[in-house]
Amino acid sequence: MNMKEELIIAGFGGQGVLSMGKILAYSGIMQDKEVTWMPSYGPEMRGGTANVTVIISDKRISSPILQWCDTAIVLNQQSMDKFEPMVKKGGVLLYDPNGISRHPTRKDIHVYSIHAVDLANKLEMSKVFNMVVLGAYLKVKPILEKENVINGLKKSLPERYHNMIPINEKAIDVGMQNVKEVK
Amino acid sequence: MAEKLLKKGNEAIALAAIRYGADGYFGYPITPQSEVMETLMEEMPWETTGMVVLQAESETSSINMLYGGACCGKKVMTSSSSPGISLMCEGISYMAGAELPCLVVNVIRGGPGLGTIQPAQGDYFQAVKGGGHGDYKVIVLAPASVQEMYDFVGLAFDLAFKYRTPVMILSDGAIGQMMEKVELREPVRRLTDQEIAEKYGNWATVGKQPHRHGNIISSLSLEASEMEEINLRLQAKYQTIRENEVRYETLLCDDAEYMLVAFGSSARICESTVETARAKGIKMGLLRPITLFPFPEKAIQQFLPQLKGMMSVELNSGQMVEDVRLAVNGKVPVEFYGRMGGSIFSPEEVFNAFSEKFNL
Repeated sequence: MNMKEELIIAGFGGQGVLSMGKILAYSGIMQDKEVTWMPSYGPEMRGGTANVTVIISDKRISSPILQWCDTAIVLNQQSMDKFEPMVKKGGVLLYDPNGISRHPTRKDIHVYSIHAVDLANKLEMSKVFNMVVLGAYLKVKPILEKENVINGLKKSLPERYHNMIPINEKAIDVGMQNVKEVK
Repeated sequence: MAEKLLKKGNEAIALAAIRYGADGYFGYPITPQSEVMETLMEEMPWETTGMVVLQAESETSSINMLYGGACCGKKVMTSSSSPGISLMCEGISYMAGAELPCLVVNVIRGGPGLGTIQPAQGDYFQAVKGGGHGDYKVIVLAPASVQEMYDFVGLAFDLAFKYRTPVMILSDGAIGQMMEKVELREPVRRLTDQEIAEKYGNWATVGKQPHRHGNIISSLSLEASEMEEINLRLQAKYQTIRENEVRYETLLCDDAEYMLVAFGSSARICESTVETARAKGIKMGLLRPITLFPFPEKAIQQFLPQLKGMMSVELNSGQMVEDVRLAVNGKVPVEFYGRMGGSIFSPEEVFNAFSEKFNL
């Protein structure tokens, strides 16, 4: 069975949405997959919302532009409004309830929550917020080996930040342990 | 095994320029292609290969720096996006007239005017039909992946020197900004001045030696009969290019009853449309022109007997569709679907447009 995961990550600029997508894409390369990372690079990058489409596949990737996605990772309200309807029936929506006033309502998809902001603050490292989310995602969708994710992280972080790998790894674990399905 | 990196299309252009032995890059920043020069500045090739990277004061200046470099037989290139390319068109015409090799990369954004920074394909006519003045053509390559952004830099330089002509890579904001796996090829070393004199000494201005005539490079010839001779020579060259350099890719065309024609990022989107159509039992195929000039007319014509309909899919108001219709010459209905101004269609949107136009 060929694996193909079409994923949208969306939130505020500065939350690490694009870099989380980049780490996932690099992890895919480490696992010998085909990958595409397509950012929104419009005026929204200059403040406001940011989103990225990541496709990881065993086969050559066709369209980088999606009408529907297998998974949406949603980190702010605007993104919830925009991307909840885009999840395929039976697909996954993962979100951080922090700052969300209208929770997901669809019953034909699997909804998961991760309190990533709170958990990252507990680690006294708010910057690894996106890695907590990444961990939660990898728990729900174990498409990549953790070893490859760590290697992907090494590839996408400049070497001067490699001392931060252990705390990032910890954040991934915390995410994996704390993600919950919302029924 | 070659190293595999995750890179943006724009970054791949820059890495390829260094590794294919470019002598100089001259450019001026503009979204969505600024990463080309940014990456070159980060890589600092002047310390390794000796390649010059220079931010000019304008696009007009960049293209004329290319003219100067190319006169000396150097491998020179620039990159820009739509409004910047418009400024360069005068220089491109001069280089075509003076038969100078160079690479110009256009990462198209929505127009006209300053337009928007989102992807579009509205510069097809400009690239393929002229852009600047006079009867000239440039070879136009349309990459559809980050790997092709990388590979076509090498191909473009080879073609530019083989035919002594400007070559354009016609990309867009989507291919420029997205990241994919890119495999770096074996590096090609820059030529030494001695090697350039030996290879291109018959035309390049490499310093006059006592034993031969000096070379003069110019696009000016005030005598009409001489100018006509030059034009005839150029047209003969373009004919040779039409005969030898057509490149295209087909997807599921062998048994196709319907065919989409699309290039660059549109072609990527249409690949998914073809998958959707096939899943519904519709025999659809995709023909992707890789060279926009020379246009793959014969490639299209070979499929006409089996086709019930075709649709050209572009991020513009319908430009390449004219070349498709010229190739088809009325034998098969040719429809068009497009979006403009930086808006992109999804694979399903293309499928719906197709179903509507052919009543399926």
